[in-house]
Amino acid sequence: MPTTEQLLSMYERMLLIRRMEERLSADYAAGKLPGAVHLYIGQEAVAVGVCAQLTDRDWITSTHRGHGHFLAKGGDPKAMMAEIWGKRTGICRGMGGSMHVADLSKGILGANGIVAGGIAIATGAAFGARLDGDGRVAVAFFGDGAANQGVFMETLNVSTLWGLPVVFLCEYNHFCEFTPSETVTAGQISDRARAFGMPCAVVDGNDVVEVWRAAGEAVERARGGGGPSFIEAKTYRIQGHLEAEAVILDGKYREEAEIEEWRRRDPIDRLREHLSAAGACDDDGFAEIESRVSGAVEEAAAFAAEGEPADPELAFDLMFVGQRP
Amino acid sequence: MAELTYRGAVAHGIAQEMERDDRVYFIGEDVAAAGGVFKTTGGLLERFGPERVRDTPISEEAIVGLVMGAAMTGLRPIGELMFSDFLATCWDIVANQIAKTRYMTDGQVELPLVLRTANGGGLRFGAQHSQSLENWAMAIPGLKVVAPSTPTDVVGLLAASVRDPDPVVFFEHKGLYAAKEDVPEGEIVDELGTAKIRREGDDLTIVALAAMVPRALEAAELLAAEHGISATVIDVRSLVPLDTRTILDSVRHTTRLATVEENPRLCGWGAEIVSIVAEECIWSLDGPVVRITTPHIPLPSASALEDLAIPSVNKIVESVTKMMV
Repeated sequence: MPTTEQLLSMYERMLLIRRMEERLSADYAAGKLPGAVHLYIGQEAVAVGVCAQLTDRDWITSTHRGHGHFLAKGGDPKAMMAEIWGKRTGICRGMGGSMHVADLSKGILGANGIVAGGIAIATGAAFGARLDGDGRVAVAFFGDGAANQGVFMETLNVSTLWGLPVVFLCEYNHFCEFTPSETVTAGQISDRARAFGMPCAVVDGNDVVEVWRAAGEAVERARGGGGPSFIEAKTYRIQGHLEAEAVILDGKYREEAEIEEWRRRDPIDRLREHLSAAGACDDDGFAEIESRVSGAVEEAAAFAAEGEPADPELAFDLMFVGQRP
Repeated sequence: MAELTYRGAVAHGIAQEMERDDRVYFIGEDVAAAGGVFKTTGGLLERFGPERVRDTPISEEAIVGLVMGAAMTGLRPIGELMFSDFLATCWDIVANQIAKTRYMTDGQVELPLVLRTANGGGLRFGAQHSQSLENWAMAIPGLKVVAPSTPTDVVGLLAASVRDPDPVVFFEHKGLYAAKEDVPEGEIVDELGTAKIRREGDDLTIVALAAMVPRALEAAELLAAEHGISATVIDVRSLVPLDTRTILDSVRHTTRLATVEENPRLCGWGAEIVSIVAEECIWSLDGPVVRITTPHIPLPSASALEDLAIPSVNKIVESVTKMMV
């Protein structure tokens, strides 16, 4: 069980992700953001529960819904926000954008625009870590949609064979873009990993403690040379696949009642109730956290809005090391 | 000096780099115990051990992902794709991940990796094991593309590729594996982005790559002996970066240009060279440029048909004599 201090820290991080994403949703609706924005609202417990078990030296790869993982792994909210705005003050100086936030100094190898794109990269980072023998662990965050890509099978196989320190973290958010997962997915995804003899856990992805516990076991196993693990965290994507969904989509793929039902299982509300019941935090305490978080969000939004646009020179300077193409 | 085959030069070059730098690892299908399906990697397992020289499953996405992740976390891995045709099975990781990650992360990370692969036709393997795909790789910004034509260049350009901070796709030509020459003793390190003049002449410039280089040289001898035409033959060696200076200087001198390409005609690398020549020195030309290429067809398997499709010595002689009228 996490300590009260750890629980409060996870609560604050989850709330930071939620409020950042809400701000991005509003800014997107106001036409302030370029490109596409895929939000993590509803899934915060997964990224936060897992990353609480990692250090800056461990690696993660993420998805196109990657803001939550970035913040959970210790990425700077200001630099992330500016990146999404396409500013030179962004974490990648505007070269990556929302789908490619990365901070190598924090072990964040990058969000990824390709469904399942990060899985093999995390496996490769684990390969490097194993050869280095320094106890680092790599976590591949991916969705239920990615589990239907072939690379998932390839990497489950080779990581098991080679005993690589990697954790496959499938966030079952119930949707493959605009299609309910159960209509395009045969069997249980965890059974696919189990078939390779890999230790598997299926957890309530809206319960941060459960995620934290399962991730702790998997990370410890990986660090100790026990090889890869698979965790399926059942959660729910509250927002659409992307913020432009209402504009670009004519069809309807889910019912409002279903979203409402999952709102009642909100991971942040649940942790708050738990903390209240345990006497770990009272209303004043929560108000203080809320105020700190909204301060950070305001600061990030202002930083992004005020930042200079991306540097045109960069477009031609970055492709290869030390030279123009 | 010691005689070395092109195939022997591969293991020689890999060993040279693994000996020098313990961050160099080598993985691929059948490369370790079996010594490579083209006998290119024999002895490496015995010399460097199973940690550094590894057989992988037939999982190209995993191979390329392992190489990428390991490179991002500090190693200098070499991955082998048995046939270049198999690039199609892992093209996402090559084209979307490897080629773009340094750029998208604002240069936070380098990807010093080499993907070696057996390219080209002439062995009657049919349409899925014979393609010349250097122009695929060349079309993706962020990849360096190398294709040696001699054993010495295999060693020297492989060393340059391993030491390069950027990802390199290294196309070995399977029709050249048996070629031999005397290779200098000691360490050989070449430079990417440098073409080599293999033969000096005054009447036209023939630009060729990989297996087309010896054919162009043989054709040049016939042109001189039977038609009184004196040809310069340039071995491009590296498509990205491209040594445009050597090509342009030669064309300015000879005033005529022919390219000899094994890749299918549409968007072959020769079209790019022709376009550069047209932009930079069209007024130096004394006649139309000619591209001698494989037609835009899948390669047939039957010997007579494959020979008909891929540019031959006779085809080069014929095309050049026609253009020089």
